[in-house]
Amino acid sequence: MAEAVTFPEAGRANRGLALTGAAALLACAAYMTVGLRGDLALVLELRVTRLTAMVVVGVAVAVSTVVFQTVCANRIVTPSIMGLDALYVFCQTALVFLLSGFGFAGIDPRLQFFGNFFVMTGLALALFLPMLGRRLDLGLLLLTGVVLGVLFRSLSVLLARLIDPNAFAVLQGAVFASFSRTRPDLLLVAGLIAAAGTVVVWRMRHVLDVIALGQDAATGLGVAWRRTAAWLLVLVAALVAAATALVGPMAFLGLLVASLADRIAGTGRHAVLLPTAALVGVVVLVGGQTLLQHGLGGEGTLGIVVEFVGGVVFLSMLFAGARR
Amino acid sequence: MIDISDVSLTLGGSLILDHVGLTLPKGGVTALVGPNGAGKSSLLSLIARLRPLQTGRITVDGLPVDTTPTRQLAKVMAILRQDPGVASRLRVAELVGFGRFPHNGGRLTAEDRRIVAETLEQFDLTGLASRFIDTLSGGQRQRALVAMTFCQGTDYILLDEPLNNLDMFHARELMRTLRVMADGHGKTVLVVLHDINHAAAYADRIVAMKDGRIAASGETAAIIRPDILEAVFGFPMRVETLAGRLTVLHHA
Ligand SMILES: Nc1ncnc2c1ncn2[C@@H]1O[C@H](COP(=O)(O)OP(=O)(O)OP(=O)(O)O)[C@@H](O)[C@H]1O
Ligand SMILES: [Mg+2]
Repeated sequence: MAEAVTFPEAGRANRGLALTGAAALLACAAYMTVGLRGDLALVLELRVTRLTAMVVVGVAVAVSTVVFQTVCANRIVTPSIMGLDALYVFCQTALVFLLSGFGFAGIDPRLQFFGNFFVMTGLALALFLPMLGRRLDLGLLLLTGVVLGVLFRSLSVLLARLIDPNAFAVLQGAVFASFSRTRPDLLLVAGLIAAAGTVVVWRMRHVLDVIALGQDAATGLGVAWRRTAAWLLVLVAALVAAATALVGPMAFLGLLVASLADRIAGTGRHAVLLPTAALVGVVVLVGGQTLLQHGLGGEGTLGIVVEFVGGVVFLSMLFAGARR
Repeated sequence: MIDISDVSLTLGGSLILDHVGLTLPKGGVTALVGPNGAGKSSLLSLIARLRPLQTGRITVDGLPVDTTPTRQLAKVMAILRQDPGVASRLRVAELVGFGRFPHNGGRLTAEDRRIVAETLEQFDLTGLASRFIDTLSGGQRQRALVAMTFCQGTDYILLDEPLNNLDMFHARELMRTLRVMADGHGKTVLVVLHDINHAAAYADRIVAMKDGRIAASGETAAIIRPDILEAVFGFPMRVETLAGRLTVLHHA
C-alpha cells in the first residue's frame, strides 16, 4: 500500500536525544549542588558563571564541529585543522614574548578577548571568502589552513624557547583551556555570539542535510554549494573563535563530542544530530568538571583531560578507519 | 529543449570535450552512448551545472545553466551521477524525500509524502523504506538513487548509467518507466547507456559520442546501423530485426 509508508523520524534517535538531555540536566544539577560549602551566595554565583561558560563552550564547539564535518564530508576532522587554535596560541606567545609575563597579565581581558576573536575570524575570512569569487577548491583551502597552523605552532615553539621561565608559566596558563578565569561580561559576549551562530545553524539544518549528500548531489538539489559552504565555514570559525577567546583552545573536544553524538543520534539528520551534539558537549564539560572537582579532587585541569580523552578517541577512529 | 552550442572542456591539460554542439527537443527519451572515456559524463555534468562551463553555451528549457539560480534549475532538471556515494547515515525514505528539497526546503508536506510514497512503490522500495542506505545491496541503492532523482519531479531528467547494478527485471522496469515518463508525462529524458540494445529498444533518439565529439546523432533507427556502430565502438557487429525490434548482435 503506497500510503502505508512511514517516515522514520528515527525513534532511537529521539530516545538518544532525550537521554542525552537528561544526562546534561543531571550533570548541571550535580555541578551546582555537590559539595556546597562556605558563603553560599558567593559559591553559587561563581558556579553559575562557570556553568554558563561550560554550556556556551560545549554548545559552540559541538555545533561548529558537526557543521565543519558536514561541509568537509568527513567525520574525523575538527575545525582546529583550520589553524585557528594554533593562531591563538601563537598570538598569546608573541604577546608574552613582546610584553613579558607582567605586561601580558596586565592587558585588559576585554581587549584580549576581542583581539583574539577578531584575529581568528579574520584568518577564517581570509581563507574562505576567496572561495566565493574564484573557483577555489575546499580541500586546497583547508590544506592552506593546516600549513598555516603548522607554521604558527612552530613559531610559538620557537618564541617559547626565548621566554624566561616566569613568563612561560604565565603563558602556560593562557594556552590551556580553563574555565576558572571566565569574566561575566565576556561570557555574555561569547554567549551571544554562540547563540546567534547556533540559531543560524539550526535554521539551516535542512540545507545541512543536503550538503551532507556531497557537492554534486547538493548542487543538483538546488543548493548553491560553494557560497553556502564558504559562509558555513566562516560561521564555524566565529563559533570556534568565541569559545577559544573565552576559555582557550580545545582541539579535540569537538571531535570527542561529535563522534559520541554521531553514535547516539544514529542518523545523519541535523535536526537530531545538532541538538544531540550540543547536549553531549554540555555533558562532557560539565560532567567532566564535576567529576574532576569532587570525585578526583583536582581543579582547573579539565581542558587537559578533555584533550587527552579526545586525542585517544581520534586515534582510535583513525585506526578503526584504517582497518576498514 | 536542451541546447548545447560550441562547448569545449579542458581538464588537466587535455581536451575532454571538443566543440560539442547538440540540440535535444523537449520530450522523448534520448540515449547517450559511446565508449569509456568518450566524455558522456563530462557532458552531462556540464548540462547539470555540476561543473563550471569553460566555453560555449548550454540552455535547458531556455535557462542558461551558468547564470540561472541553482534552486530554479533544480525545479526544472534533475541529475543522477554515475557513481554517487551517499556518505550520510540516512534511511531510504529520507534519501528519496530529499528529491523534494527544491520544492519544500526540507520540510515534507503531505503532498511531498504522497509523492515519496508513490515513488518508493514505483521503484519497488516500499519494503526497504526504513532501511539505512549503507545496508542496501548495490542494485537496491541504485534504485533508491534513481527514485530520489524522479522524486524531484522535474521536466528534464538526466541519468548517468542508471542501469548500473540493476538486475534484468529492474533494468527493464526502469527503461519502461522512462518511456512512461516521456509518453505519459511529457518529460525529457537524457540517459547514458552502455547496453546498446536497451537504447535500441527504448530510446527515441540516440547520441553517440567518441573522443569528446558527437560521432552520430539522430532517430534510433538511423543510428542502429552496423557502419555507425563500428565507427563509434571500433569493432564490427551485426544488426538484425528480431520480433520486430532492432537488435545488435555484439557478442560474437
Ligand atoms: N578531473 C579530470 N581530470 C583529467 N581528466 C579527466 C577528469 N575527469 C575526467 N577526465 C577524462 O575525461 C575523459 C572523459 O571522461 P568521462 O567521465 O566524461 O567519460 P565517459 O564517457 O563518461 O566514460 P564512462 O563510459 O567510462 O563513464 C576521460 O578520458 C577521463 O579520463
Ligand atoms: Mg561516465
